[in-house]
Amino acid sequence: MIRLEPRPVPSRLWRVAAPVLAVALTMVAGAVLFALLGKDPLAGLRLIFWDPLFDPQFAAYARPQLMVKAGPLILIAIGLAMGFRAGVWNIGAEGQYILGALAGAAVGLAFYPSASPFLFPAMVLAGALGGWAWAMIPAILKVRFNTSEILVSLLLVYVAEKLLAAAALGWLRNPEGAGFPGSRNLARHPGTDNPVLIDAIGLHWGGVTTILAVIAAQILLARHVGGFQLRLMGEAPRAARFAGVVPGRVTILCLGLSGALAGLAGLFEVTGPAGQISIDFNTGYGFTAIIVAFLGRLHPIGILLAGFLMALTYIGGELAQLMLGVPAAAILAFQGMLLFFLLAVDVLTGYRFRFGRGRAAHGH
Amino acid sequence: MTRLIPTLAGFTLAAGLGLSAAAQDDPVKAAFVYVGSIGDFGWTYEHNESRLAVEEHFGDAVETSYVENVPEGADAERVMTQMALAGADIIFTTSFGYMDATNNVAAKFPDVKFEHATGYRRDHPNVSTYSARFYEGRAVIGHIAGHMTESNIVGYIASYPIPEVIRGINSAYLHAKAVNPDVDFRVVWVFTWFDPAVEAEAAQALIDQGADVIMQHTDSTAPMTVMAEAGVIGFGQASDMAAFAPAPRVASIIDNWAPYYIDRVQAVIDGTWESTDTWDGIAPGMVELGEMTDAIPADVRASAQAIAESIAAGDYHPFTGPIARQDGTLWLDVGEVADDGTMLGMDFYVEGLSGEIPN
Repeated sequence: MIRLEPRPVPSRLWRVAAPVLAVALTMVAGAVLFALLGKDPLAGLRLIFWDPLFDPQFAAYARPQLMVKAGPLILIAIGLAMGFRAGVWNIGAEGQYILGALAGAAVGLAFYPSASPFLFPAMVLAGALGGWAWAMIPAILKVRFNTSEILVSLLLVYVAEKLLAAAALGWLRNPEGAGFPGSRNLARHPGTDNPVLIDAIGLHWGGVTTILAVIAAQILLARHVGGFQLRLMGEAPRAARFAGVVPGRVTILCLGLSGALAGLAGLFEVTGPAGQISIDFNTGYGFTAIIVAFLGRLHPIGILLAGFLMALTYIGGELAQLMLGVPAAAILAFQGMLLFFLLAVDVLTGYRFRFGRGRAAHGH
Repeated sequence: MTRLIPTLAGFTLAAGLGLSAAAQDDPVKAAFVYVGSIGDFGWTYEHNESRLAVEEHFGDAVETSYVENVPEGADAERVMTQMALAGADIIFTTSFGYMDATNNVAAKFPDVKFEHATGYRRDHPNVSTYSARFYEGRAVIGHIAGHMTESNIVGYIASYPIPEVIRGINSAYLHAKAVNPDVDFRVVWVFTWFDPAVEAEAAQALIDQGADVIMQHTDSTAPMTVMAEAGVIGFGQASDMAAFAPAPRVASIIDNWAPYYIDRVQAVIDGTWESTDTWDGIAPGMVELGEMTDAIPADVRASAQAIAESIAAGDYHPFTGPIARQDGTLWLDVGEVADDGTMLGMDFYVEGLSGEIPN
């Protein structure tokens, strides 16, 4: 008989090993999935994990794209992780991402065709504020009326999507767009654009911000009393109160921070890779970032690595579709398995397996 | 291209398919970018059916590939670039939202031909655009709807307030009104192309308002399921939706891209490909009318068929004056027909339609 026994202290080894094992298990299960679909499993894994990085035909283009794709995931996940550590569950980063893009784009378009050097910084500020403000709705409702921030933030995503559609069709629509939805292209207008700064690694201002956010989060968690309070509130809320942590304030800070970072991610995306506000501007970064946050153990460096891994599965997944004819749903399943296995393997961090009869049940 | 061959052969071998296909002389490679899933049984489904028609038509001479569920924007640009890097000779980008991405990537790969569906920008000599005159099909099903409704309320599930959709509503309404002066159109805007739950709700809402004929400009078959339960009728959209015949699906408008795709790939093979702007309708078969079922009386089927034939023959234009705008101002004088420019930018209802176009 196999039993699960709680560990006295969570295993440090398994905290690090769990994501690695989860990735390995995902590869095995993914290979089985590909085989069942009649595709060569090794070719599939190679296309997803190897070719975007090292294949001479694709790597030169795909490598910088990793940064482009991973940047927003990491930036959003960093903010979410701060909240998750404190037990503040912002599930609506996707909505804050949209509002950040809308607010930033609105500022840029309001001054169109200005190319003032102050314009882009103003848009960045507006983007952060837009995401922050959208996150303040669940935060204030939580603090004042004790509503669930999980539900409120999630449902506000759908409201944000409607606002996005309305903006693309109405108040931000390109007046020279022949009646089609979508705003002017911000990326092709100097003053509102977020150009790639370093071609070889696909770094734009969003990437720069992402790196700064990772460093700042690392310092906050490792060295600052605020980081300690976050952890304390998540792990021992009662003790946190005695230590002088005000839960309401932490809720507002965490949601505000994650909202602002998600808003920034949206702003950098709409001014750079996406280029314009369109009906389907949001592509799920806010939700995928939740996986990235957990895959990265809510730890800034872990999130950095997890973001790149996730980006790799996107870019490699497209290659697998293109070269092998693997359906898109299989790639989605593949990404889902990653979180599934991580949560499953995570049990090992807090528990250990015991084999044999219930002798140990009497304790040692 | 040369670098691709060993890679491809390697994959083919690995896949256990043997050496046969890839080793022969350079097949033309056609790649397709889809905005939805090939199983949507609507827009993307038809593009994929047409891709399969290309494969069947050319056999070993052409190799096709696709990536589905590609979001518009940066992701689309990356997918197109990877296709070009993988050696594609011609890339079909099958959604309006791919317009910027298509032109951006086309600039980087001047030797690759790009075909963008439903857009209007051809910034480079290697970009073509193509679309279908769906409003011609809408005229025919509008005619049928006008005859078939007993409550005189026709429901319309509209996706986004863009010219193509508005054109469809106007065309359907004019032809329903021509045979049934009392007809009233109820339009529900769902702001999505594909969302079965939302589309089903819209259908139910329209039925609750008394609609007994429903048209949809969205891609899922969910409204059909609701119509079947309620005993009202409707029309297949984008795809035939034949599974719902003879009712609720009594007829359909089918997007048939196959002849165009085959033409364009042939042009690449022959080296005669040029940048063009195509807007085809019933005549060349880009807009096809699915079989009209027995649920429609024989005389209505005959008159609907006659309209389709006269449109195809060029004898009749669905927007022929006199037509006034909703606000009462004259749009087309007696006998005047709409020009393509006005139709492409159509942002107004014709007289008689109630409600406003949302903005």
